[in-house]
Amino acid sequence: MVDVAIERNAAAPRTARKRASLRTALKRKSTAAFLMTLPLILLISLLVIYPAFYSLHLATLNKSMQRFVGLGNFQFLFKRETFWLVVEQSCIFAITAVIFKALIGFIVAHFVHNVPAKGQRKWRGMLLVPWVIPPAMSTLAWLWLFDPSYSAFNYLLAGFGVDRIPWTGEAGWARFSVILVNIWFGAPFFMIMYLAALKSVPEQLYEAAAIDGANWWQRIWYVTLPMMRNIIAITTLFSLIVTFANFDIVRILTAGGPLDHTHIFATWAFRIGIEGSDIPLGASVSLFMFPILAIAAIFILRDINKRGNEA
Amino acid sequence: MSTLTIDKAAPTRKVKYGSMSRDRAWALKWSYFFLTLFAIFSLVPPLYMMITSLKTSAEISAATNPWWVFHPTLSNYVELLTSNQFLTFFRNSALVSIFVVTITMLISVPAAFALARMRFWGSATLATGVFLTYLIPETLLFLPLFKMFVVFSEFTGIQLINKWYVLLIVYPTLTVPFCTWIMIGYFASIPKELDEAAIIDGASWFQTLTRIFIPVAFPGIIAATIFAFTVSWAQFLYPLVFTTSIDQLVLPVGIITSLIKGDVFNWGQIMTGALLGAAPPLIIYAFLMDYYIAGLTAGATKG
Repeated sequence: MVDVAIERNAAAPRTARKRASLRTALKRKSTAAFLMTLPLILLISLLVIYPAFYSLHLATLNKSMQRFVGLGNFQFLFKRETFWLVVEQSCIFAITAVIFKALIGFIVAHFVHNVPAKGQRKWRGMLLVPWVIPPAMSTLAWLWLFDPSYSAFNYLLAGFGVDRIPWTGEAGWARFSVILVNIWFGAPFFMIMYLAALKSVPEQLYEAAAIDGANWWQRIWYVTLPMMRNIIAITTLFSLIVTFANFDIVRILTAGGPLDHTHIFATWAFRIGIEGSDIPLGASVSLFMFPILAIAAIFILRDINKRGNEA
Repeated sequence: MSTLTIDKAAPTRKVKYGSMSRDRAWALKWSYFFLTLFAIFSLVPPLYMMITSLKTSAEISAATNPWWVFHPTLSNYVELLTSNQFLTFFRNSALVSIFVVTITMLISVPAAFALARMRFWGSATLATGVFLTYLIPETLLFLPLFKMFVVFSEFTGIQLINKWYVLLIVYPTLTVPFCTWIMIGYFASIPKELDEAAIIDGASWFQTLTRIFIPVAFPGIIAATIFAFTVSWAQFLYPLVFTTSIDQLVLPVGIITSLIKGDVFNWGQIMTGALLGAAPPLIIYAFLMDYYIAGLTAGATKG
């Protein structure tokens, strides 16, 4: 609205020919905009939205994809013990990993923020390395560190007299290991986000809090956390989705084993859908990631609308 | 040191200032201590990759200290860099990444320009929709996409499964939404007067984009390019699902399927391959760290 008014005012004293060309440009504006966004719309609708709905359809077919079975796949899943194991592990995995990533990210961001500005770049550079290495490659290094017979961690622990730990061999430890690797990979992302947020908190607020006699804990609780509320919420939400849908780390580290105890939705869907070539059942499994997406979408939409009103 | 100077400068409030600055020094010491711990935790896996890559198979299976290289050798690197198989993986990865980056930028830059500047019917909804599609994980889409490609080749006879170029179709779904989103942010921060002036001078929308928006928002373009490159270089699930022949594989899948033969793990070569596979993103990160971080934080802070 505003820009149209300004353009007309500016164009008014000019010649009629100029005004006409401006008008045709404005008239073609919507066409041009449509053409510019067309590839994006096509890509999203054909390769994201259509497959998403197509998987809903696939989930209602039988294994050979010729017969409609309704909710038969889901009924079958609910009766399988492995399914409930996967649900349990997906929740444990995602929630524990995100909590620890957020905590470690928050703590490390504070430490980086604490040191003199000159050295911050160096520390930040080192601490972000886990996020930069492709997860498939770094998980291989972890797999080797966790090797049953040559584990370098066990070598170190043996120095302290600790017994050999079956990092990926025993259910409890395997669950711990996949979560540990996920925290290692994801914490730097939180750290960098929180560091950016910390830098945007005005120094005066801390000064005012210090004058009022707030201790460090009160400064964090009443100044830092409220100021970072938005970024903490969006980072946690984003990470929850990514962690819930994780594939690389679990697939390479344990491939779901031992005895399916570390399978999460994505790896189990791959096992059933691609390796077991039962695409409909695999699609049914991966659809269970949808509720968490829907919840996240609602929160994000609410946040965007709120900001739109403020602006 | 600073304690002394402050004490001398403000002798009347000596106690107060002294204690605050002692607190500060104490906090600084602890910060360094914990930062060192976290840095070790972050860097152990890549460093261990490097340690192992310098060892021979004999030394790896010997019962010596695994954290030290007693007889460093480059034989793993020589072997991998002269093997046709590994070079094929590398070439496939490079080709895929470069094409995907190009496709991504060609789609997302004009779209972001239109969404940021040319208000049209539904543009706000579309911008939100772009961000939401970014949140749909690839693990939800790989099965329907696989089935879609199978059906597609049944109808048209064009084989997509098990060809490296199928990745050019699927990777943009991972890169385009986020790149569009951060470009919208960068374009929206350009003052309106700039493009109004260009339009009044008779520039077309296309000229406004190429002559004004792209040069002004160049840091954003670099950040988006880096993001698209790292995502397509690191992607593991799609190539694992869509490609199986050895000559069509990209690096991450290639290393895992070809270097792990049955139950025999040649760890020296696997670590060397992993390190070489991690090298391009690491090198880009080392040289363009600020752009990398700008792209990382732009999504959330502008969202």
